[in-house]
Amino acid sequence: MKAVLTVIGNDSVGIIAGISSVLANDNVNIIDINQTIMSGMFTMVMIIEMNESESDFSTINDKLVKKGKELGVQVIVTREEIYKSMHRI
Amino acid sequence: MIKTSEILATIKMIQQENLDIRTITMGISLLDCSSESVEETSRRIYEKVTSKAERLVETGEAISKEFGIPIINKRISVTPVSMLSPANKKEDFVEYAKALEKAALKTGVNFIGGYSALVQKGFTEKDKIFLESIPYALKETTRVCSSVNVGSTKAGINMDAVYEVGKLIKKTAELTKENGAIGCAKFVAFCNAVEDNPFMAGAFHGVSEPECVINVGVSGPGVVKHELEKHKDGDFMEIAEAIKKTAFKITRMGQLVANEASSRLGVPFGIVDLSLAPTPEVGDSVAYILEEMGLEKCGTHGTTAALALLNDAVKKGGVMASSSVGGLSGAFIPVSEDAGMINAAKCGALSLDKLEAMTCVCSVGLDMIAIPGNTSAETISAIIADEAAIGMINQKTTAVRLIPAPGTKEGDFVEFGGLLGYAPVMKVNENKSDIFVKRGGRIPAPIHSLKN
Repeated sequence: MKAVLTVIGNDSVGIIAGISSVLANDNVNIIDINQTIMSGMFTMVMIIEMNESESDFSTINDKLVKKGKELGVQVIVTREEIYKSMHRI
Repeated sequence: MIKTSEILATIKMIQQENLDIRTITMGISLLDCSSESVEETSRRIYEKVTSKAERLVETGEAISKEFGIPIINKRISVTPVSMLSPANKKEDFVEYAKALEKAALKTGVNFIGGYSALVQKGFTEKDKIFLESIPYALKETTRVCSSVNVGSTKAGINMDAVYEVGKLIKKTAELTKENGAIGCAKFVAFCNAVEDNPFMAGAFHGVSEPECVINVGVSGPGVVKHELEKHKDGDFMEIAEAIKKTAFKITRMGQLVANEASSRLGVPFGIVDLSLAPTPEVGDSVAYILEEMGLEKCGTHGTTAALALLNDAVKKGGVMASSSVGGLSGAFIPVSEDAGMINAAKCGALSLDKLEAMTCVCSVGLDMIAIPGNTSAETISAIIADEAAIGMINQKTTAVRLIPAPGTKEGDFVEFGGLLGYAPVMKVNENKSDIFVKRGGRIPAPIHSLKN
């Protein structure tokens, strides 16, 4: 299953490392990554693939949200269909 | 490939602009629940509802988490209870209401609709007993919603039913007066009621519907308002286009959730109801969309035109986004559930008469309006008759949900809490309509009902 992970918050050291390590530990593959600073906010969008992971969506989601809290950023993980259905005919 | 800007736009809609799926409503047929005894029928109702909807709430929550979109309500609608047998006295029907309440508690849904009767052309003996039972059922339960269809374009308006409904609203207010007449907030009188509406309090599972079905109601007034903020100087064509595009996006989300819920629950998908349903939360108001178009206050001159544009654009945008659009679809204008409507009513910009005019072009009708506690049953019936006439002539659904909270007068406030919000008590015309209402009989169907 593909999902979209977005991270929004104040820039600081170790955000990408922190999030990536959670993904790596759960065997989640990063397919694409896009990071930018928008209006002074750190904004990162990752496309991830969970097929090889032994954990389910909900567990991975909870771990990432928890990590986000530790890093002081907001982490949102959703299945990619939501964006496709909204923005593509 | 989805662009980052599109992903962020969707997240902004959900996080900041209150985009949500307002309800996943499971329609369940109870036509096979009638039996020889009231106890057995009640048992069958409970068994059927709890087994069909066993996984409804958990499935809704799982979808919500995976797709990152809030699904506010999980609800159930059932076949109009007035059709169930046996029922020789009003207490029998109240037993069925209690069975529904028990099933709602067990499944975890916050409302169960379908304590309903369809009497647009006339009453059966059972219908009469059923109408008498409504106030007691609403008093005895907290999650059961009730509705009565009193008119249709095909049948005309059953004025005997209109009068009975006026009286039952008064009775319900009296029986639930300790709680701000909350019973009345769970009751709707309809003209041209639809059989696949997922929204409460008027949802019921029509007799032509399948055994079990999933209907989804989307929302998102906040998203539309934010979109209009980007078109401050745009002309009407431009803002209609902007609303259409937004409605399309919102509805696509509804369709996605509906498909997912349908496949996970193994229940066929029915319709997406693409309604703009407000909540009392700031930033989730239909009135503020109308004001964004350039009206100082909702309710002033121009409001009906603004609402007509909004209602039509929502439908046009949504209709292509879903494989099957149904329900009420359009813009809701409940007073107590919309922060902008509450403000407009409070400052006197919005009157009951203006609301009636607005119902000619919105999706439903006079909704969640508190009126003085001493308003007579005859006056309430006359308000319902007016509203039903608008529905009958214009071939649209209209509804009336009035709360004559005992002891309140114009300018007071009635508090319902939660999604039902709070309402300022609005002025009604004090001239009597008693003789008119008591004439009885049926207002004939209009000429354009003869289409064959």
